[in-house]
Amino acid sequence: MDELLKILANNALESRETIARMLNLSVEEVEARIREYEKAGIIRGYQAILNEDRLELDKVTAVIEVKVTPQREGGFDRIAERISRFPEVRSAYLMSGAYDLLLFVEGRNLREVAAFVSEKLAPLEGVLSTATHFMLKTYKRLGVLMHPETPDERLAVSP
Amino acid sequence: MNGSLSLRDRVARQVRDIPRSGIRDFFDIVSTMRDVISLSIGEPDFDTPWHVREYTVFALERGATHYTSNLGYLELRKALSRYVARQFGAEYNPETEILVTVGVSEALDLALRALINPGDEVLYHEPCYVSYRALVQFAHGVPVAVETRAEDGFRLTRSMLESRVTPRTKVLLLNFPNNPTGAVMDRRDLEEIADFVRRHDLLVITDEIYAELTYDAPHVSLVSLPGMRERTIFLHGFSKAWAMTGFRLGYACAPAELTEAMMKIHQYTMLCASSLSQKAALEALTRPEVDVREMVDEYRRRRNFVASALRDLGLPCPEPRGAFYAFPDIRRFGLSSQEFALRFLQEEKVAAVPGTAFGRCGEGFLRCAYATGMEQLKEAMNRLGRFVARLEKAGASRAT
Repeated sequence: MDELLKILANNALESRETIARMLNLSVEEVEARIREYEKAGIIRGYQAILNEDRLELDKVTAVIEVKVTPQREGGFDRIAERISRFPEVRSAYLMSGAYDLLLFVEGRNLREVAAFVSEKLAPLEGVLSTATHFMLKTYKRLGVLMHPETPDERLAVSP
Repeated sequence: MNGSLSLRDRVARQVRDIPRSGIRDFFDIVSTMRDVISLSIGEPDFDTPWHVREYTVFALERGATHYTSNLGYLELRKALSRYVARQFGAEYNPETEILVTVGVSEALDLALRALINPGDEVLYHEPCYVSYRALVQFAHGVPVAVETRAEDGFRLTRSMLESRVTPRTKVLLLNFPNNPTGAVMDRRDLEEIADFVRRHDLLVITDEIYAELTYDAPHVSLVSLPGMRERTIFLHGFSKAWAMTGFRLGYACAPAELTEAMMKIHQYTMLCASSLSQKAALEALTRPEVDVREMVDEYRRRRNFVASALRDLGLPCPEPRGAFYAFPDIRRFGLSSQEFALRFLQEEKVAAVPGTAFGRCGEGFLRCAYATGMEQLKEAMNRLGRFVARLEKAGASRAT
Protein backbone atom coordinates (compact mmCIF):
# COMPACT_ATOMS: atom_id res chain seq x y z
CA MET A 1 0.00 0.00 0.00
CA ASP A 2 1.15 3.52 -0.76
CA GLU A 3 2.88 4.98 2.30
CA LEU A 4 0.70 8.08 2.11
CA LEU A 5 -2.39 5.91 2.55
CA LYS A 6 -0.75 4.03 5.41
CA ILE A 7 -0.11 7.27 7.24
CA LEU A 8 -3.66 8.52 6.69
CA ALA A 9 -5.19 5.16 7.61
CA ASN A 10 -3.27 5.40 10.85
CA ASN A 11 -4.02 9.06 11.54
CA ALA A 12 -6.17 10.99 9.08
CA LEU A 13 -5.48 14.21 10.99
CA GLU A 14 -1.71 14.09 10.38
CA SER A 15 -0.83 17.52 9.04
CA ARG A 16 0.11 17.86 5.38
CA GLU A 17 3.42 19.44 6.44
CA THR A 18 4.36 16.46 8.61
CA ILE A 19 3.36 13.98 5.92
CA ALA A 20 5.45 15.91 3.41
CA ARG A 21 8.48 15.67 5.68
CA MET A 22 7.95 11.98 6.38
CA LEU A 23 7.75 11.12 2.68
CA ASN A 24 10.30 13.62 1.36
CA LEU A 25 7.60 15.32 -0.74
CA SER A 26 6.40 18.89 -0.99
CA VAL A 27 3.18 19.90 0.76
CA GLU A 28 1.62 20.57 -2.65
CA GLU A 29 2.47 17.07 -3.85
CA VAL A 30 0.92 15.55 -0.76
CA GLU A 31 -2.25 17.59 -1.17
CA ALA A 32 -2.51 16.72 -4.84
CA ARG A 33 -2.13 13.02 -4.15
CA ILE A 34 -4.73 13.07 -1.42
CA ARG A 35 -7.15 14.87 -3.76
CA GLU A 36 -6.51 12.21 -6.41
CA TYR A 37 -7.23 9.41 -3.97
CA GLU A 38 -10.42 11.17 -2.90
CA LYS A 39 -11.50 11.74 -6.48
CA ALA A 40 -10.77 8.15 -7.44
CA GLY A 41 -12.93 6.98 -4.55
CA ILE A 42 -10.06 5.19 -2.84
CA ILE A 43 -10.29 7.44 0.19
CA ARG A 44 -13.99 7.14 1.04
CA GLY A 45 -14.08 9.38 4.08
CA TYR A 46 -12.51 10.30 7.41
CA GLN A 47 -13.93 9.33 10.79
CA ALA A 48 -12.87 9.45 14.43
CA ILE A 49 -12.54 6.09 16.17
CA LEU A 50 -14.69 6.43 19.28
CA ASN A 51 -14.72 4.40 22.43
CA GLU A 52 -18.51 4.29 22.47
CA ASP A 53 -18.66 2.22 25.64
CA ARG A 54 -17.58 5.37 27.47
CA LEU A 55 -20.34 7.53 26.02
CA GLU A 56 -23.39 5.84 27.53
CA LEU A 57 -25.22 6.08 24.26
CA ASP A 58 -28.72 4.78 23.74
CA LYS A 59 -27.45 2.37 21.21
CA VAL A 60 -26.99 -1.31 20.57
CA THR A 61 -25.07 -2.99 17.82
CA ALA A 62 -26.06 -6.31 16.36
CA VAL A 63 -23.98 -8.55 14.15
CA ILE A 64 -26.32 -10.33 11.77
CA GLU A 65 -25.54 -13.31 9.61
CA VAL A 66 -27.76 -13.42 6.56
CA LYS A 67 -28.30 -16.22 4.07
CA VAL A 68 -29.55 -15.00 0.71
CA THR A 69 -30.33 -16.36 -2.74
CA PRO A 70 -28.06 -14.86 -5.37
CA GLN A 71 -30.11 -13.28 -8.11
CA ARG A 72 -30.00 -13.78 -11.82
CA GLU A 73 -27.89 -11.04 -13.44
CA GLY A 74 -26.65 -9.52 -10.25
CA GLY A 75 -25.44 -12.37 -8.05
CA PHE A 76 -24.96 -11.30 -4.46
CA ASP A 77 -24.25 -7.68 -5.33
CA ARG A 78 -27.77 -6.55 -6.03
CA ILE A 79 -29.26 -7.88 -2.80
CA ALA A 80 -26.21 -6.83 -0.78
CA GLU A 81 -26.32 -3.29 -2.09
CA ARG A 82 -30.02 -3.12 -1.44
CA ILE A 83 -29.52 -4.18 2.17
CA SER A 84 -26.60 -1.77 2.57
CA ARG A 85 -28.82 1.19 1.77
CA PHE A 86 -30.66 0.94 5.08
CA PRO A 87 -29.12 3.56 7.37
CA GLU A 88 -29.34 1.06 10.25
CA VAL A 89 -26.75 -1.08 8.45
CA ARG A 90 -23.33 0.37 9.38
CA SER A 91 -21.19 -2.27 7.65
CA ALA A 92 -21.91 -5.11 5.28
CA TYR A 93 -19.62 -7.82 3.97
CA LEU A 94 -19.95 -10.77 1.61
CA MET A 95 -18.58 -13.84 3.37
CA SER A 96 -17.46 -17.34 2.55
CA GLY A 97 -18.74 -20.18 4.71
CA ALA A 98 -22.00 -20.95 6.48
CA TYR A 99 -23.78 -17.70 5.55
CA ASP A 100 -23.48 -15.10 2.83
CA LEU A 101 -23.67 -11.60 4.26
CA LEU A 102 -22.40 -10.24 7.56
CA LEU A 103 -24.08 -7.02 8.73
CA PHE A 104 -23.32 -4.64 11.57
CA VAL A 105 -26.64 -3.05 12.44
CA GLU A 106 -27.24 -0.25 14.94
CA GLY A 107 -30.41 0.67 16.76
CA ARG A 108 -31.43 2.58 19.85
CA ASN A 109 -32.34 -0.61 21.69
CA LEU A 110 -32.86 -4.30 21.29
CA ARG A 111 -36.47 -3.85 20.24
CA GLU A 112 -35.59 -1.45 17.49
CA VAL A 113 -33.03 -3.81 16.01
CA ALA A 114 -35.44 -6.73 16.32
CA ALA A 115 -38.04 -4.66 14.47
CA PHE A 116 -35.54 -3.86 11.73
CA VAL A 117 -34.76 -7.54 11.28
CA SER A 118 -38.32 -8.79 11.33
CA GLU A 119 -39.95 -5.96 9.38
CA LYS A 120 -37.27 -4.79 6.95
CA LEU A 121 -34.54 -7.35 6.53
CA ALA A 122 -36.12 -10.77 6.80
CA PRO A 123 -39.07 -10.05 4.48
CA LEU A 124 -36.81 -8.93 1.62
CA GLU A 125 -37.10 -11.11 -1.41
CA GLY A 126 -33.99 -13.25 -1.60
CA VAL A 127 -33.31 -13.28 2.15
CA LEU A 128 -33.55 -16.89 3.30
CA SER A 129 -32.65 -16.61 6.98
CA THR A 130 -30.98 -14.37 9.55
CA ALA A 131 -29.13 -14.97 12.82
CA THR A 132 -28.72 -11.96 15.11
CA HIS A 133 -26.01 -11.53 17.78
CA PHE A 134 -25.77 -8.50 20.02
CA MET A 135 -22.43 -6.95 20.82
CA LEU A 136 -21.71 -6.52 24.53
CA LYS A 137 -18.39 -4.73 24.78
CA THR A 138 -15.70 -3.42 22.47
CA TYR A 139 -12.06 -4.26 23.19
CA LYS A 140 -10.51 -3.24 19.92
CA ARG A 141 -11.81 -1.44 16.85
CA LEU A 142 -10.05 -0.82 13.57
CA GLY A 143 -6.75 -1.84 15.09
CA VAL A 144 -7.13 0.48 18.08
CA LEU A 145 -7.31 -0.88 21.63
CA MET A 146 -10.20 0.70 23.55
CA HIS A 147 -8.69 0.39 27.00
CA PRO A 148 -5.79 2.43 28.29
CA GLU A 149 -2.52 0.96 27.20
CA THR A 150 0.28 0.47 29.67
CA PRO A 151 2.40 3.60 29.95
CA ASP A 152 5.86 3.74 28.39
CA GLU A 153 8.05 1.86 30.83
CA ARG A 154 11.33 2.63 29.15
CA LEU A 155 14.00 4.54 31.04
CA ALA A 156 14.12 8.20 30.01
CA VAL A 157 17.74 7.90 28.94
CA SER A 158 19.43 4.75 27.73
CA PRO A 159 22.56 4.03 25.74
CA MET B 1 39.60 -2.21 58.53
CA ASN B 2 42.44 -0.02 59.72
CA GLY B 3 41.42 3.01 57.67
CA SER B 4 44.80 3.62 56.10
CA LEU B 5 43.21 3.22 52.68
CA SER B 6 39.82 4.44 51.54
CA LEU B 7 37.59 1.82 49.98
CA ARG B 8 37.77 3.71 46.74
CA ASP B 9 41.51 3.13 46.67
CA ARG B 10 40.94 -0.56 47.04
CA VAL B 11 38.86 -0.78 43.89
CA ALA B 12 40.82 -2.27 41.03
CA ARG B 13 42.67 0.43 39.13
CA GLN B 14 41.28 -0.25 35.69
CA VAL B 15 37.78 -0.06 37.12
CA ARG B 16 38.28 2.97 39.33
CA ASP B 17 39.96 5.01 36.63
CA ILE B 18 37.24 4.52 34.05
CA PRO B 19 34.68 7.33 34.11
CA ARG B 20 30.98 6.59 34.44
CA SER B 21 29.07 6.59 31.20
CA GLY B 22 28.17 10.16 30.20
CA ILE B 23 24.71 8.86 29.57
CA ARG B 24 24.43 7.86 33.22
CA ASP B 25 25.17 11.44 34.34
CA PHE B 26 22.60 12.79 31.98
CA PHE B 27 20.06 10.23 33.13
CA ASP B 28 20.51 11.35 36.73
CA ILE B 29 19.51 14.89 35.76
CA VAL B 30 16.60 13.87 33.54
CA SER B 31 15.19 11.53 36.14
CA THR B 32 14.64 14.43 38.56
CA MET B 33 12.40 16.25 36.06
CA ARG B 34 8.78 15.69 35.10
CA ASP B 35 7.00 15.70 31.74
CA VAL B 36 10.19 15.53 29.75
CA ILE B 37 10.04 14.52 26.10
CA SER B 38 12.90 12.12 25.69
CA LEU B 39 14.97 11.86 22.55
CA SER B 40 17.52 10.01 24.66
CA ILE B 41 16.14 6.51 24.56
CA GLY B 42 18.32 3.98 22.80
CA GLU B 43 15.60 1.39 22.45
CA PRO B 44 12.55 0.94 20.25
CA ASP B 45 9.20 2.38 21.36
CA PHE B 46 7.44 -0.52 19.64
CA ASP B 47 6.24 -3.41 21.73
CA THR B 48 7.91 -6.77 21.35
CA PRO B 49 5.80 -8.54 18.68
CA TRP B 50 2.85 -10.20 20.37
CA HIS B 51 3.55 -13.69 18.99
CA VAL B 52 6.98 -13.55 20.63
CA ARG B 53 5.55 -12.56 23.99
CA GLU B 54 2.77 -15.11 23.73
CA TYR B 55 5.24 -17.88 22.86
CA THR B 56 7.44 -16.91 25.81
CA VAL B 57 4.49 -17.42 28.15
CA PHE B 58 3.84 -20.75 26.50
CA ALA B 59 7.49 -21.72 26.95
CA LEU B 60 7.25 -20.79 30.61
CA GLU B 61 4.17 -22.97 31.02
CA ARG B 62 5.94 -25.81 29.25
CA GLY B 63 8.79 -25.56 31.75
CA ALA B 64 11.65 -24.03 29.76
CA THR B 65 13.10 -22.85 33.04
CA HIS B 66 16.35 -24.79 33.29
CA TYR B 67 19.95 -24.33 32.27
CA THR B 68 20.51 -24.72 28.58
CA SER B 69 23.67 -25.82 26.81
CA ASN B 70 26.45 -23.27 27.39
CA LEU B 71 26.30 -22.32 23.74
CA GLY B 72 22.50 -21.98 23.86
CA TYR B 73 19.69 -24.26 22.66
CA LEU B 74 20.90 -26.09 19.56
CA GLU B 75 17.55 -25.48 17.91
CA LEU B 76 18.07 -21.73 18.33
CA ARG B 77 21.63 -21.90 17.03
CA LYS B 78 20.38 -23.73 13.95
CA ALA B 79 17.77 -21.06 13.35
CA LEU B 80 20.43 -18.37 13.85
CA SER B 81 22.74 -20.10 11.40
CA ARG B 82 20.00 -19.98 8.73
CA TYR B 83 19.14 -16.37 9.52
CA VAL B 84 22.75 -15.19 9.42
CA ALA B 85 23.40 -17.00 6.14
CA ARG B 86 20.35 -15.41 4.53
CA GLN B 87 20.59 -11.95 6.05
CA PHE B 88 24.34 -11.40 6.37
CA GLY B 89 25.80 -13.74 3.77
CA ALA B 90 28.09 -15.93 5.89
CA GLU B 91 27.75 -19.59 6.88
CA TYR B 92 28.35 -20.67 10.49
CA ASN B 93 28.21 -24.16 11.91
CA PRO B 94 25.53 -24.16 14.62
CA GLU B 95 27.39 -26.88 16.56
CA THR B 96 30.67 -25.03 16.98
CA GLU B 97 30.55 -21.48 15.63
CA ILE B 98 27.59 -19.79 17.28
CA LEU B 99 27.33 -18.70 20.91
CA VAL B 100 24.12 -17.30 22.40
CA THR B 101 24.81 -14.51 24.91
CA VAL B 102 23.16 -12.14 27.34
CA GLY B 103 22.74 -9.31 24.85
CA VAL B 104 25.39 -8.11 22.45
CA SER B 105 26.96 -6.38 25.44
CA GLU B 106 28.06 -9.69 26.91
CA ALA B 107 29.13 -10.96 23.50
CA LEU B 108 31.35 -7.91 23.03
CA ASP B 109 32.89 -8.35 26.46
CA LEU B 110 33.59 -12.02 25.70
CA ALA B 111 35.07 -11.23 22.31
CA LEU B 112 37.44 -8.64 23.74
CA ARG B 113 38.50 -10.78 26.68
CA ALA B 114 39.01 -13.77 24.41
CA LEU B 115 41.33 -11.86 22.09
CA ILE B 116 43.26 -9.29 24.09
CA ASN B 117 46.52 -9.71 25.94
CA PRO B 118 47.51 -6.88 28.26
CA GLY B 119 48.73 -3.95 26.18
CA ASP B 120 47.18 -5.06 22.88
CA GLU B 121 45.72 -2.15 21.00
CA VAL B 122 42.13 -2.11 19.80
CA LEU B 123 41.15 0.30 17.06
CA TYR B 124 37.59 1.56 17.27
CA HIS B 125 35.79 4.51 15.74
CA GLU B 126 34.27 7.42 17.61
CA PRO B 127 31.60 8.69 18.12
CA CYS B 128 30.53 5.26 19.28
CA TYR B 129 28.46 3.32 21.74
CA VAL B 130 29.33 4.25 25.31
CA SER B 131 30.73 0.92 26.40
CA TYR B 132 33.42 0.19 23.81
CA ARG B 133 36.29 2.08 25.35
CA ALA B 134 35.57 0.85 28.87
CA LEU B 135 35.22 -2.78 27.78
CA VAL B 136 38.60 -2.70 26.07
CA GLN B 137 40.12 -1.32 29.26
CA PHE B 138 38.40 -3.90 31.48
CA ALA B 139 40.04 -6.50 29.23
CA HIS B 140 43.44 -4.82 29.87
CA GLY B 141 43.68 -3.67 26.29
CA VAL B 142 44.56 -0.22 25.00
CA PRO B 143 41.67 1.51 23.25
CA VAL B 144 42.73 3.59 20.26
CA ALA B 145 39.99 5.89 19.00
CA VAL B 146 39.72 6.76 15.32
CA GLU B 147 37.69 9.91 14.96
CA THR B 148 35.10 9.97 12.19
CA ARG B 149 33.76 13.25 10.88
CA ALA B 150 30.42 14.74 9.93
CA GLU B 151 31.92 15.77 6.56
CA ASP B 152 32.35 12.08 5.69
CA GLY B 153 28.89 11.17 6.98
CA PHE B 154 30.67 9.65 10.00
CA ARG B 155 31.91 6.78 7.85
CA LEU B 156 35.23 5.14 8.55
CA THR B 157 37.92 5.33 5.89
CA ARG B 158 41.13 3.46 5.34
CA SER B 159 43.29 6.55 5.67
CA MET B 160 41.87 7.30 9.12
CA LEU B 161 42.77 3.77 10.20
CA GLU B 162 46.22 3.86 8.63
CA SER B 163 47.10 6.90 10.71
CA ARG B 164 46.36 5.10 13.98
CA VAL B 165 47.49 1.53 13.35
CA THR B 166 50.69 0.33 15.08
CA PRO B 167 52.54 -2.97 15.34
CA ARG B 168 50.65 -3.55 18.61
CA THR B 169 47.22 -3.23 16.99
CA LYS B 170 45.43 -6.55 17.25
CA VAL B 171 41.73 -5.90 16.81
CA LEU B 172 39.51 -3.55 14.84
CA LEU B 173 36.10 -2.97 16.43
CA LEU B 174 33.33 -1.84 14.08
CA ASN B 175 29.73 -0.74 14.61
CA PHE B 176 27.62 0.02 11.54
CA PRO B 177 24.81 1.04 11.34
CA ASN B 178 26.19 3.29 14.01
CA ASN B 179 24.94 4.42 17.37
CA PRO B 180 24.96 7.48 17.82
CA THR B 181 25.42 8.87 14.30
CA GLY B 182 23.12 6.70 12.16
CA ALA B 183 26.00 6.22 9.69
CA VAL B 184 26.17 3.10 7.54
CA MET B 185 28.93 1.66 5.37
CA ASP B 186 28.20 0.43 1.86
CA ARG B 187 30.06 -2.38 0.16
CA ARG B 188 32.75 -0.12 -1.30
CA ASP B 189 33.44 1.49 2.08
CA LEU B 190 33.75 -1.95 3.66
CA GLU B 191 36.03 -3.31 0.95
CA GLU B 192 38.49 -0.58 1.82
CA ILE B 193 38.34 -1.60 5.48
CA ALA B 194 38.70 -5.29 4.60
CA ASP B 195 41.81 -4.47 2.58
CA PHE B 196 43.27 -2.62 5.53
CA VAL B 197 42.47 -5.51 7.87
CA ARG B 198 44.12 -8.08 5.60
CA ARG B 199 47.18 -5.95 5.06
CA HIS B 200 47.79 -5.48 8.78
CA ASP B 201 46.65 -9.00 9.60
CA LEU B 202 44.11 -7.82 12.21
CA LEU B 203 41.15 -9.51 13.81
CA VAL B 204 37.76 -7.81 13.61
CA ILE B 205 34.84 -7.57 15.99
CA THR B 206 31.79 -6.25 14.18
CA ASP B 207 28.75 -5.18 16.18
CA GLU B 208 25.87 -5.21 13.71
CA ILE B 209 23.00 -4.96 16.17
CA TYR B 210 21.23 -2.33 14.01
CA ALA B 211 21.60 -4.28 10.75
CA GLU B 212 17.87 -4.59 10.04
CA LEU B 213 17.32 -0.88 10.55
CA THR B 214 18.65 0.66 7.34
CA TYR B 215 16.50 3.02 5.32
CA ASP B 216 18.05 3.62 1.94
CA ALA B 217 19.82 0.40 0.98
CA PRO B 218 20.05 -3.10 2.44
CA HIS B 219 22.74 -3.62 5.06
CA VAL B 220 26.05 -5.09 3.92
CA SER B 221 27.90 -7.15 6.51
CA LEU B 222 31.65 -7.21 6.77
CA VAL B 223 31.56 -11.01 7.11
CA SER B 224 30.16 -11.36 3.60
CA LEU B 225 33.40 -9.94 2.13
CA PRO B 226 36.10 -12.35 0.92
CA GLY B 227 38.53 -13.43 3.63
CA MET B 228 36.71 -11.64 6.44
CA ARG B 229 34.70 -14.44 8.01
CA GLU B 230 37.91 -16.28 9.01
CA ARG B 231 39.17 -13.38 11.10
CA THR B 232 35.97 -11.85 12.40
CA ILE B 233 33.73 -12.16 15.42
CA PHE B 234 30.28 -11.14 14.26
CA LEU B 235 27.83 -9.83 16.88
CA HIS B 236 24.10 -9.42 16.55
CA GLY B 237 20.99 -9.69 18.71
CA PHE B 238 17.29 -9.19 19.15
CA SER B 239 17.03 -5.91 21.05
CA LYS B 240 16.65 -3.48 18.20
CA ALA B 241 14.97 -5.16 15.24
CA TRP B 242 12.48 -7.04 17.43
CA ALA B 243 12.21 -4.49 20.21
CA MET B 244 13.36 -7.07 22.77
CA THR B 245 15.85 -5.05 24.85
CA GLY B 246 14.70 -6.44 28.20
CA PHE B 247 15.11 -10.03 27.05
CA ARG B 248 18.86 -9.43 26.90
CA LEU B 249 19.53 -11.77 24.04
CA GLY B 250 22.42 -11.57 21.61
CA TYR B 251 24.82 -13.95 19.89
CA ALA B 252 28.29 -14.18 18.49
CA CYS B 253 29.34 -16.03 15.33
CA ALA B 254 33.00 -16.78 14.81
CA PRO B 255 35.38 -19.51 13.62
CA ALA B 256 35.34 -22.48 16.01
CA GLU B 257 38.60 -21.64 17.80
CA LEU B 258 37.38 -18.18 18.67
CA THR B 259 33.89 -19.36 19.63
CA GLU B 260 35.50 -21.94 21.91
CA ALA B 261 37.59 -19.22 23.58
CA MET B 262 34.55 -17.02 24.18
CA MET B 263 32.59 -20.02 25.38
CA LYS B 264 35.21 -20.68 28.04
CA ILE B 265 34.62 -17.28 29.63
CA HIS B 266 30.87 -17.48 29.11
CA GLN B 267 30.55 -20.88 30.80
CA TYR B 268 32.39 -19.73 33.91
CA THR B 269 30.72 -16.33 34.20
CA MET B 270 27.24 -16.55 32.72
CA LEU B 271 26.76 -20.27 32.20
CA CYS B 272 24.06 -19.67 29.62
CA ALA B 273 21.65 -17.00 28.42
CA SER B 274 18.16 -17.03 29.91
CA SER B 275 16.23 -20.07 28.71
CA LEU B 276 13.03 -18.07 28.25
CA SER B 277 14.77 -15.36 26.26
CA GLN B 278 16.24 -18.06 24.03
CA LYS B 279 12.77 -19.46 23.42
CA ALA B 280 11.53 -15.95 22.63
CA ALA B 281 14.35 -15.51 20.13
CA LEU B 282 13.49 -18.79 18.47
CA GLU B 283 9.92 -17.61 17.99
CA ALA B 284 11.10 -14.19 16.74
CA LEU B 285 13.05 -15.92 13.97
CA THR B 286 9.93 -17.60 12.59
CA ARG B 287 8.72 -14.49 10.74
CA PRO B 288 11.35 -11.76 10.80
CA GLU B 289 10.19 -10.21 7.51
CA VAL B 290 6.75 -9.42 8.90
CA ASP B 291 7.84 -8.19 12.33
CA VAL B 292 10.68 -6.04 11.14
CA ARG B 293 9.26 -4.54 7.95
CA GLU B 294 6.49 -2.50 9.57
CA MET B 295 8.87 -1.09 12.15
CA VAL B 296 11.46 -0.18 9.56
CA ASP B 297 8.87 1.63 7.42
CA GLU B 298 7.71 3.60 10.43
CA TYR B 299 11.29 4.47 11.47
CA ARG B 300 12.02 5.61 7.93
CA ARG B 301 9.11 8.05 7.97
CA ARG B 302 10.26 9.40 11.33
CA ARG B 303 13.84 9.60 10.09
CA ASN B 304 12.67 11.65 7.12
CA PHE B 305 10.62 13.89 9.39
CA VAL B 306 13.37 14.50 11.92
CA ALA B 307 16.16 14.97 9.37
CA SER B 308 14.09 17.46 7.39
CA ALA B 309 12.98 19.36 10.52
CA LEU B 310 16.59 19.59 11.69
CA ARG B 311 17.75 20.84 8.30
CA ASP B 312 15.07 23.54 8.30
CA LEU B 313 16.18 24.67 11.75
CA GLY B 314 19.70 25.12 10.43
CA LEU B 315 21.09 22.14 12.33
CA PRO B 316 22.90 20.29 9.58
CA CYS B 317 22.73 16.60 10.01
CA PRO B 318 24.41 13.99 7.81
CA GLU B 319 21.56 11.87 6.43
CA PRO B 320 20.98 9.22 9.12
CA ARG B 321 20.88 6.07 7.01
CA GLY B 322 20.56 3.45 9.73
CA ALA B 323 19.77 2.72 13.40
CA PHE B 324 17.34 5.26 14.89
CA TYR B 325 19.53 8.23 15.66
CA ALA B 326 20.10 11.62 14.10
CA PHE B 327 23.28 13.43 15.09
CA PRO B 328 22.83 17.11 14.28
CA ASP B 329 25.65 19.65 14.30
CA ILE B 330 25.10 22.42 16.87
CA ARG B 331 28.50 24.07 16.63
CA ARG B 332 27.25 27.38 15.25
CA PHE B 333 25.71 28.33 18.61
CA GLY B 334 29.07 28.39 20.34
CA LEU B 335 27.86 26.18 23.17
CA SER B 336 29.42 22.90 24.17
CA SER B 337 27.28 19.80 23.62
CA GLN B 338 26.85 19.50 27.35
CA GLU B 339 25.69 23.12 27.72
CA PHE B 340 23.36 22.90 24.77
CA ALA B 341 21.79 19.65 25.99
CA LEU B 342 21.41 20.93 29.56
CA ARG B 343 19.86 24.22 28.56
CA PHE B 344 17.56 22.51 26.07
CA LEU B 345 16.49 20.18 28.85
CA GLN B 346 15.99 22.90 31.44
CA GLU B 347 14.35 25.46 29.17
CA GLU B 348 12.26 23.22 26.92
CA LYS B 349 12.10 19.91 28.78
CA VAL B 350 13.44 17.87 25.93
CA ALA B 351 16.20 15.38 26.65
CA ALA B 352 18.76 14.69 23.95
CA VAL B 353 22.15 13.22 24.80
CA PRO B 354 25.24 15.43 24.34
CA GLY B 355 27.49 14.06 21.61
CA THR B 356 30.45 13.95 23.99
CA ALA B 357 28.89 10.96 25.77
CA PHE B 358 30.02 9.02 22.69
CA GLY B 359 33.59 10.23 22.51
CA ARG B 360 35.51 13.49 22.42
CA CYS B 361 34.85 14.08 18.75
CA GLY B 362 31.13 14.09 19.52
CA GLU B 363 31.69 17.64 20.78
CA GLY B 364 29.43 20.00 18.87
CA PHE B 365 26.77 17.36 18.23
CA LEU B 366 23.62 16.08 19.86
CA ARG B 367 22.14 12.59 19.67
CA CYS B 368 18.43 12.62 18.91
CA ALA B 369 16.83 9.18 19.01
CA TYR B 370 13.70 8.94 16.91
CA ALA B 371 12.49 5.72 18.54
CA THR B 372 9.60 7.76 19.87
CA GLY B 373 6.06 8.38 18.60
CA MET B 374 5.37 10.97 15.89
CA GLU B 375 3.39 13.24 18.22
CA GLN B 376 6.32 13.50 20.60
CA LEU B 377 8.78 14.00 17.77
CA LYS B 378 6.67 16.83 16.38
CA GLU B 379 6.48 18.52 19.75
CA ALA B 380 10.20 18.00 20.34
CA MET B 381 11.03 19.62 16.99
CA ASN B 382 8.70 22.56 17.77
CA ARG B 383 10.46 23.10 21.06
CA LEU B 384 13.86 22.75 19.43
CA GLY B 385 12.79 25.43 16.93
CA ARG B 386 11.81 27.75 19.78
CA PHE B 387 15.05 27.05 21.62
CA VAL B 388 17.21 27.62 18.54
CA ALA B 389 15.38 30.87 17.74
CA ARG B 390 16.13 32.12 21.25
CA LEU B 391 19.80 31.20 20.96
CA GLU B 392 20.00 32.96 17.61
CA LYS B 393 18.37 36.09 19.00
CA ALA B 394 20.74 36.14 21.95
CA GLY B 395 23.69 35.61 19.59
CA ALA B 396 22.53 38.44 17.30
CA SER B 397 22.10 40.89 20.18
CA ARG B 398 25.57 40.00 21.47
CA ALA B 399 27.03 40.60 18.04
CA THR B 400 25.57 44.14 17.71
